[in-house]
Amino acid sequence: MKILVCISKTPDTTAKIAFTDNNRKFAADGVQWIINPYDEWYALVRAIEFKEKDPATVLHLVTVGAADAEPIIRKALALGGDEAIRINTDSHDAYTIASQIAAVAKEGGYDLVLTGKETIDFNGASIGGMVAELLELPYLSLATKVDIEGGAVRVIREIEGGEETDSTSLPVVISCQKGVAEQRIPNMKGIMGARSKPLKVVEPVAVDSLTSIEKFELPPAKAGVKLVPADQPEELVRLLHEEAKVF
Amino acid sequence: MVLIFIDQSERKIKKTSFEAITYGVKLAAQLNTTAAGLVLGQTDDDLSSLGKYGLTKIQQVDDAALNDMDAQVYTTVIAEAFRNAGADTLVMSANLTGKAIAPRLSVRLKAGLVTGAVSLPDTGNGFVVKKAVFSGKAFAHVAVQTPQRIVTVSPNAIRAESGSGEAQVEKITVAVPAAKVKVESRDVLKGEVSLADAEIVVSGGRGLKGPENWGMIEELAKLLHGATACSRPVADAHWRPHHEHVGQTGGAIAPNLYIAVGISGAIQHLAGVNRSKTIVVINKDPEAPFFKAADYGIVGDAFEVMPKIIEAVKKLKQ
Repeated sequence: MKILVCISKTPDTTAKIAFTDNNRKFAADGVQWIINPYDEWYALVRAIEFKEKDPATVLHLVTVGAADAEPIIRKALALGGDEAIRINTDSHDAYTIASQIAAVAKEGGYDLVLTGKETIDFNGASIGGMVAELLELPYLSLATKVDIEGGAVRVIREIEGGEETDSTSLPVVISCQKGVAEQRIPNMKGIMGARSKPLKVVEPVAVDSLTSIEKFELPPAKAGVKLVPADQPEELVRLLHEEAKVF
Repeated sequence: MVLIFIDQSERKIKKTSFEAITYGVKLAAQLNTTAAGLVLGQTDDDLSSLGKYGLTKIQQVDDAALNDMDAQVYTTVIAEAFRNAGADTLVMSANLTGKAIAPRLSVRLKAGLVTGAVSLPDTGNGFVVKKAVFSGKAFAHVAVQTPQRIVTVSPNAIRAESGSGEAQVEKITVAVPAAKVKVESRDVLKGEVSLADAEIVVSGGRGLKGPENWGMIEELAKLLHGATACSRPVADAHWRPHHEHVGQTGGAIAPNLYIAVGISGAIQHLAGVNRSKTIVVINKDPEAPFFKAADYGIVGDAFEVMPKIIEAVKKLKQ
């Protein structure tokens, strides 16, 4: 089986979110970057498990980004994977990113493309579905369990109001979330090994974006908490009813 | 023309679709054009009654093969209906169905996609949609550059507005391709308010000490016709099912009221709930970071405070 895992670079979950250039750009100064948690904890780790079970599995990682994305993709390689591919372009919108990934996926003839359920910066949850459509493959979104046996795919996925068990056959695109695998910490052997793994840089295909971000905005600051004494919880109920009018 | 995809769950139309209809109807009025609804598969609901949300026309592809939601099949059918209707804008909920199909449709129709809109687009100069980014810590104004566009509406961001009226239902025929994915089984919570749909959510954290103490969380949620949720450590310890976990790595919700009991409010938890309109925090620790993000709070022991809150709500509801 040949697997491609999509890796995105995102600000750390605790990063302060601020903007520069008239609110047109994310203020990246001093921000710690991480592998998008859904890509790392679920998609990548599950792919590594497949390779551990069957060493003949080929596992490639792909990211769309400039040279500054390399530390992140090396970090991912420290967890596992045979080689990484960086598509050398700044990401624009989901459509351009998905088009770049689809071009690499088509070229490489992968059986399985895994993504995280969304990135924690743009929260679009779009890349998996777009890649699947570009490759004309089935897309199983929001998987909580992924099993593959001899080309047969069985996935439990979250649907509106519950869950569904689906079966299909490779090739397929799957977006992964909690339940698919457990987070791993890279060990020293992995970190050292990652340095010598191939990191291929490929040039992007020509594609126009469909959307662009005009500006960012921070939510208005909260007015501050109104504390109610612990011995008067009925006062809280009154405030919620009469002041906040939430019930 | 604005085409509104009306999603079903177990042959029933849910609240997130009423919100999408309201959004689509208002958007059509703003653009001086018409709106129509699109329903795929068979339904147990009376579609003409959706006229009360301002829709005058609904198209239905009444085909049992569409009773299972297959992303690839739905994409083909919706794209075909969209083209046949001569629509330029497709609106649907950013619920889990929307997440599965909207990206595919964006590629199929070459239509710019904005996921999780929180308000109506600014159409004064172009088509610019506001959506939450950075896990609710900021908003982005996204311009769609294509003549055709797709907007998915964040659950609970737009209130469904209903009046009176009846929609005309037209059955249309669209070729339905064979699905490559087989649905083996489906497990849908019946009769409970789903977390994404809930206007009120009562959530518990490690401060509740164990799963046996969730009775008061469930009771308050039930009294308020809300849903229950939990923090990550609670889901990790299997005190509560995974789908109740809200936060950075769980689900993101935006109810009108979020009541957090015994949750300290780590930044990762806030990322999943920070778009709630009103946040109430009940915690023993006055230094709990959650109080900084809260609108109302009680510094106190949940085991003493919660029963009194439940009593007060019961009295109010009498």
